[in-house]
Amino acid sequence: MTDFNEDKLIEEVTTSDYKYGFTTDIEQEFAPKGLNEDIVRFISAKKEEPEFMLEWRLKAYRHWLTMKDPMWAKVDFPKIDYQDVYYYAAPKKKPQLDSLDEVDPELLKTFDKLGISIEEQKRLTGVAVDIVVDSVSVKTTFQKQLKEMGIIFCPMSEAIKEHPELVKQYLGTVVPTTDNYYAALNSAVFSDGSFCYIPKGVRCPMELSTYFRMNAAMTGQFERTLIIADEGSYVSYLEGCTAPMRDENQLHAAVVEIVAHKDAEVKYSTVQNWYPGDKNGKGGVYNFVTKRGLCEGENSKISWTQVETGSSITWKYPSCVLKGDNSIGEFYSVAVTNNFQQADTGSKMTHIGKNTRSRIISKGISAGRSENSYRGLVNITKNAKNARNFSECDSLLIGDKCGAHTFPYIEIGNSSSVVEHEATTSKVSEDILFYCSQRGMDEGQAMELIINGYAKEVLNKLPMEFAVEAQKLLAISLEGSVG
Amino acid sequence: MSLLKVENLQAKIEDNQILKGLNLEVNPGEVHAIMGPNGSGKSTLASVIAGREDYEINGGRILFEGEDITNLEVHERAQKGIFLAFQYPVEIPGVSNANFMKSSVNAIREARGEEPLSAKDFLARMREKSALVEIDKSFMSRAVNEGFSGGEKKRNEIFQLAMLEPKLALLDETDSGLDIDALKIVSQGVNTLRNENNAFVLITHYQRLLNYIVPDFVHVLADGKIVKSGGKELALELEEKGYDWVKNHAVEEQTA
Repeated sequence: MTDFNEDKLIEEVTTSDYKYGFTTDIEQEFAPKGLNEDIVRFISAKKEEPEFMLEWRLKAYRHWLTMKDPMWAKVDFPKIDYQDVYYYAAPKKKPQLDSLDEVDPELLKTFDKLGISIEEQKRLTGVAVDIVVDSVSVKTTFQKQLKEMGIIFCPMSEAIKEHPELVKQYLGTVVPTTDNYYAALNSAVFSDGSFCYIPKGVRCPMELSTYFRMNAAMTGQFERTLIIADEGSYVSYLEGCTAPMRDENQLHAAVVEIVAHKDAEVKYSTVQNWYPGDKNGKGGVYNFVTKRGLCEGENSKISWTQVETGSSITWKYPSCVLKGDNSIGEFYSVAVTNNFQQADTGSKMTHIGKNTRSRIISKGISAGRSENSYRGLVNITKNAKNARNFSECDSLLIGDKCGAHTFPYIEIGNSSSVVEHEATTSKVSEDILFYCSQRGMDEGQAMELIINGYAKEVLNKLPMEFAVEAQKLLAISLEGSVG
Repeated sequence: MSLLKVENLQAKIEDNQILKGLNLEVNPGEVHAIMGPNGSGKSTLASVIAGREDYEINGGRILFEGEDITNLEVHERAQKGIFLAFQYPVEIPGVSNANFMKSSVNAIREARGEEPLSAKDFLARMREKSALVEIDKSFMSRAVNEGFSGGEKKRNEIFQLAMLEPKLALLDETDSGLDIDALKIVSQGVNTLRNENNAFVLITHYQRLLNYIVPDFVHVLADGKIVKSGGKELALELEEKGYDWVKNHAVEEQTA
């Protein structure tokens, strides 16, 4: 007979395997371990950057030295020794990759295992992909076709060399180098990431996608993404991430900046599946990410959608600064924590312009002994007349050893604005599972149904091909031993 | 061959022995009613046949179509055609009735090596079966049992029964908490679904339900055993004389 008592369920749920945990044996090039001005100079020189970038990085580094790790998040981990990390690791390769033949075959095998084809498949589904392994972008597809429309989609390192004026104009304007501890660190040492510029009035005809993979051991990944949507343009951008299973913790501190000009719209979707650590809490990625979008112009719109299943610790608050009148910010999130994972995630909506609107839908799912917190700030400034916000934060608990927490902060600076906040907590009970299995579903099918029902509102926001993947990922993260 | 054969079944929860050697045989085409006072083990019997693991079986076995299913999992039994209409159906937030039923129907079809039902066929079947228990169309997009009245929940159970067309349906106090109109609707649904190939086991505290669904056999359960079996008239006798009558009867038999 099925054992539907909760202890067993929790145990099953927590024995789930991470299927992306392989490592790839490719030749790597490292900078010496540790961080100092020489390392910053080394990275900048390695990327053949113009002088202004080096100055920018050094300024960030010097500021970082004056800062302290943020301690306010509801996560608990030993102090990181920042001198015990490699800040630069790259697959050894020829400088330019024009055809797939030139890509390291081991690397191609990696992509195969990850289920990403950078070849014909993507051509058919119409997704342009940039792939970042450890710290370096190794392949960007569709660049030529996009170029004809004036769209720039390339590795950040390339943008710094080829489009320094755009980089100079925008880099660090949404997330300043001094913004927070991890953003400062990222600014000093980032080695790559994706850059994207959509010119005036252009609707990007395909999904743009970046795939991040950490491979090397003891390596931090610090990617930097910058997306600029000029007046009246539109782009939908996807980001996916995985990492090998390693016993030690890996550090990931990324920065994503988005600028949306008048009437522009940017949709940014993430399926984050960094290695979460084993079921005893050993290993896993520390995911300390700063993501922020600036709705610069009137009627602009930025929408964040995230499905977070990985990382041992997540510290992440995709935010919108609604500066332009009538601009819109959205945040849709499903965050799953299992075993000993800890997530402190949410959003920050800053209303500056008139009639600005924001919407936050956060769905937390906690299992095992994990801790899952929503932390959000809705800040309506004095001049943001008639601003509106709606927030909904739901928590779903599986078992009774996990925790769910909600920390909503609301600041309202005028009397014409309306802010609504709703929160619920529910539980996947033994009774619900028994009910589903009595109707013929095995545990996996039941869990998939329950979880996807719960997270439906967020999953519906993902582009189609990603939604299916995300649904499966949610079920896998929580199921464990199906059959 | 009998559809269900329960042989000397003993089941306990923690240290509490609830079923103490229960025998029951159900053939296709039959309707059995199991009556008994509170705490006699009626609902436990239904849960144990369905396979709920809260109970430990410490004696006897359960055969379904001749196969020993005592150690099968809950969903495997369901896939073989055992359906339990719950006394307290649960709410599943965010999962629509339509989606729930689709997962259920297709899980069972998959287990039997059949193709999933097409969306068109599925919807047609939903419409047909919901009419049977007078369920409104808007119900399909509502979350499973969320905000349903007691009567709606029970009607939903019978609707699911109609969708899945099981060989054996166990109705666990489906009549409790129903007003007379809902009771009629539920009973009509069951009567429409009865045929010579399926069987029903009605678990009930009151005779009232049996005015609408007429059983072939009535069993009285007391202290974990069936102490008396008979035709439909036994229910009336029971109503008249009360459960003490059978309890005493059981004691007499034991001492004899």
